[in-house]
Amino acid sequence: MNAGKLMRRKISDLAFKVFCVTVTFLALMALAAILWSLLSQGLGGLNLDVFTKSTPAPGSPGGLANAIVGSLMMCVLAMVMALTIGVLAGTWLAEYGGRSAYGAVVRFLNDVLLSAPSILVGLFVYELLVAPFHGFSGFAGAVALALLAVPVITRTTEDVLLLQASTLREAGVALGAPLSYVIQQVLWRSARAGLLTGSLLAFARISGETAPLLFTALNNQFFSLDLRHPTANLPVVIFNYALSAYDDWRRLAWAGALLIAATVLLVTVVARIVAKEQRHS
Amino acid sequence: MNTVNPVEASETSIAKIDPDQVKVDVRGLNFFYGKTQALKTVSVAIARNQVTALIGPSGCGKSTLLRTLNRMYALYPGQRAEGEILLDGENVLGAGVDLAKLRARVGMVFQKPTPFPMSIYDNVAFGVRLYENLSKPDMDARVEEALTRAALWGEVKDNLKGPGLGLSGGQQQRLCVARGVAVRPEVLLLDEPTSALDPISSAKLEETVTQLKADHTIIIVTHNLGQAARVSDYTGFMYLGTLVEFGKTDEVFTHPATRKTSDYITGRFG
Amino acid sequence: MADAALPTASRTARRSAPRGALMAKVFEGLCFAAATALLASLGGLVVSLIIGGWPALSKFGFGFLTTATWNPVTDVYGAAGPIVGTLVTAALALSISLPIAGGVAFFLTELCPAPLRRPIGTSVELLAGIPSIVYGMWGLFVFAPIFSKYVQLPLMTAARPGSLLEAMTSGIPNGSGILPASIILAIMILPFMAATLRELLLSVPPGVRESAYGLGATTAEVVLSVTLPYVRTGAIGAVMLGLGRALGETMAVTFIIGNSHNFPKSLFDSGSTIASTIANEFTEATSPIHTAALIALGLVLFLITFTVLGLARLMLRLQGSQS
Repeated sequence: MNAGKLMRRKISDLAFKVFCVTVTFLALMALAAILWSLLSQGLGGLNLDVFTKSTPAPGSPGGLANAIVGSLMMCVLAMVMALTIGVLAGTWLAEYGGRSAYGAVVRFLNDVLLSAPSILVGLFVYELLVAPFHGFSGFAGAVALALLAVPVITRTTEDVLLLQASTLREAGVALGAPLSYVIQQVLWRSARAGLLTGSLLAFARISGETAPLLFTALNNQFFSLDLRHPTANLPVVIFNYALSAYDDWRRLAWAGALLIAATVLLVTVVARIVAKEQRHS
Repeated sequence: MNTVNPVEASETSIAKIDPDQVKVDVRGLNFFYGKTQALKTVSVAIARNQVTALIGPSGCGKSTLLRTLNRMYALYPGQRAEGEILLDGENVLGAGVDLAKLRARVGMVFQKPTPFPMSIYDNVAFGVRLYENLSKPDMDARVEEALTRAALWGEVKDNLKGPGLGLSGGQQQRLCVARGVAVRPEVLLLDEPTSALDPISSAKLEETVTQLKADHTIIIVTHNLGQAARVSDYTGFMYLGTLVEFGKTDEVFTHPATRKTSDYITGRFG
Repeated sequence: MADAALPTASRTARRSAPRGALMAKVFEGLCFAAATALLASLGGLVVSLIIGGWPALSKFGFGFLTTATWNPVTDVYGAAGPIVGTLVTAALALSISLPIAGGVAFFLTELCPAPLRRPIGTSVELLAGIPSIVYGMWGLFVFAPIFSKYVQLPLMTAARPGSLLEAMTSGIPNGSGILPASIILAIMILPFMAATLRELLLSVPPGVRESAYGLGATTAEVVLSVTLPYVRTGAIGAVMLGLGRALGETMAVTFIIGNSHNFPKSLFDSGSTIASTIANEFTEATSPIHTAALIALGLVLFLITFTVLGLARLMLRLQGSQS
């Protein structure tokens, strides 16, 4: 044994460990600082008005009610569209065409879409639904959000269906049921916790998206339930208000940011719990 | 010394069955997983309302043979069968065969229990609902009958709304048998149905099998030679994709006609 | 023996086509249509970017990519500024984030005391889901003033005139610019990369790790020469996914990059990225050629990210098929 070499190895090991611990500490500090700002700045702005009043003119009291409702409507509509397309597409990949060359292409492009810049989806929907019809609309916003959610749902659907034991599929078919019936009655049912997890994660992802809404849903100062017109939504309101020069608008922006972050965290935690229950049962 | 020699045709011994009694007639069956041949010109006649056991070492093709009888392999691209399988004289491998109807006539129970994620009642009714529009009382009767025949009724009759997945392993497997017989198939395929079960559950299932043969033609694949000897009327021994010997179970076990069969039965390989 | 068959025949139900048989083809068709719709949406995305951006591309030609004049008043557009801004911020963000993410992942898999492992791992994963607009706001309101006061100003006063440091640090000391934007981006992609790397490291079979330790290797040696190389392909894929995020990120950057279309000259100079330019100007674009130039920018961003993400997915898939 070369004592000098051993010493060198020990020192470099120690250096490595110190580095790992330090950067982890730094990273956690940075993330804690963000959460702290969010809480300290956001909680101050949170009050009943935030949920009951619409976005105000600078200097007058107001809240985020129109933006919260607009965001909810768009997210729910987007999820309905995304679940329909995503579950069917994921089912096709898992049960029908996944092994074909076409299936490989679909899967690959879905993976790419999964992390494509969301602002490009906004541009696409602008070209598709806003420019031709001469108007921003909550519906266009929902389509943009749906396009972001579909790849997530397609991916999870395929994954959880492939996780189901092939014997379950065979057992259904062995009773004389058409494969499509087995998929709908047995496989989807057996995969429902996984599907729920995937949908929740997709919902968490789209609920904070700002970029694709900037030029699809735009914004609306007033309370409206009509998705055919520009629709207020939390992310864009936060963006506009944060960059404004008015203190009360900035306070609302922080309150909104806290709301969004809390929603996303809550939904993600629920998704993880559902996923865990699934593993245990 | 015997493990890798391919089987010569002259070394096989296939007993014939009275043509009136034949339910399933396999003729010159070849099977391929892609380029690999898993069954080599298998010909055998299966007797009506009898239990036929298929035995042999792992990978000998006995499960493959079972999966051709209801064309389960058709779920997977790249797997194909050549030859003829006549079910009451009708070729199962023919192009125009409706697979769903075929599988309703030829039921199957798998190695591991496969209860569906629904109630015990719905599990049993699942297949029946596909083909028959029964009234509620009729369906109740059918479910009770199927569960009784699978020797499970007594254990679950107060818990029919409970989840099928909540049962023990042995109960789950009998639930799968009940689900299979509820459709009233003519043939019931059992693919190592007790390999995941404890000895007591296995014994119960064997009893069930013996009772079921009054109404169904049963083909059972098993690793357990004792089980084959206990439940079956006919036994087929397979080796490397070939059916080496087929005959009455007591004859196959007491006076095997081929060297390979006697080596396997006496535990020299397997 | 025919009589034995009789009860069977009478017990056997007559078979018609099963329920759902009609729907089988329809259902398969629907599934196929959905998969195709997915494909079509990506195709539509590309086509719409090409069509929308064509007027600008045909007017400015190759110069669109190489010139740095972006002037909505005279309607002359050259995208070199935002393109370089995108590439530089993403590269800086990655070089800051990667060693830290690696350190966090190694800490969590090798060094972390067992009771802390789950809470820290979980919080890292949760933080990966926080919307980027939160990071952007934090960057503008909290990070920028601190950065300006404690990093930017001291560096600028310390820099000797004419030195390299002076050239690197010139700019307005307001805490926004290329480097601050890169740092915010780095913080944003950190949880994502750390979580992905951690998951990859956990996929190394325990036997591999244990036999390395069994040979007397130190933790550093086990990680750097056994487990990390074991998941090399996947790790590169994860890093490129992080890069793809950084390239296409809008909100974390727009708040703090300074939004000038000039070619960035120093680390503290204000600049822009493709995404921030589109976010800031798209709804205010007045002339058709301005809109077209912005969409053409989008096309450039698509091509860059598509390449990076495509490579990333290929890497991850290779890793997946190895292990």
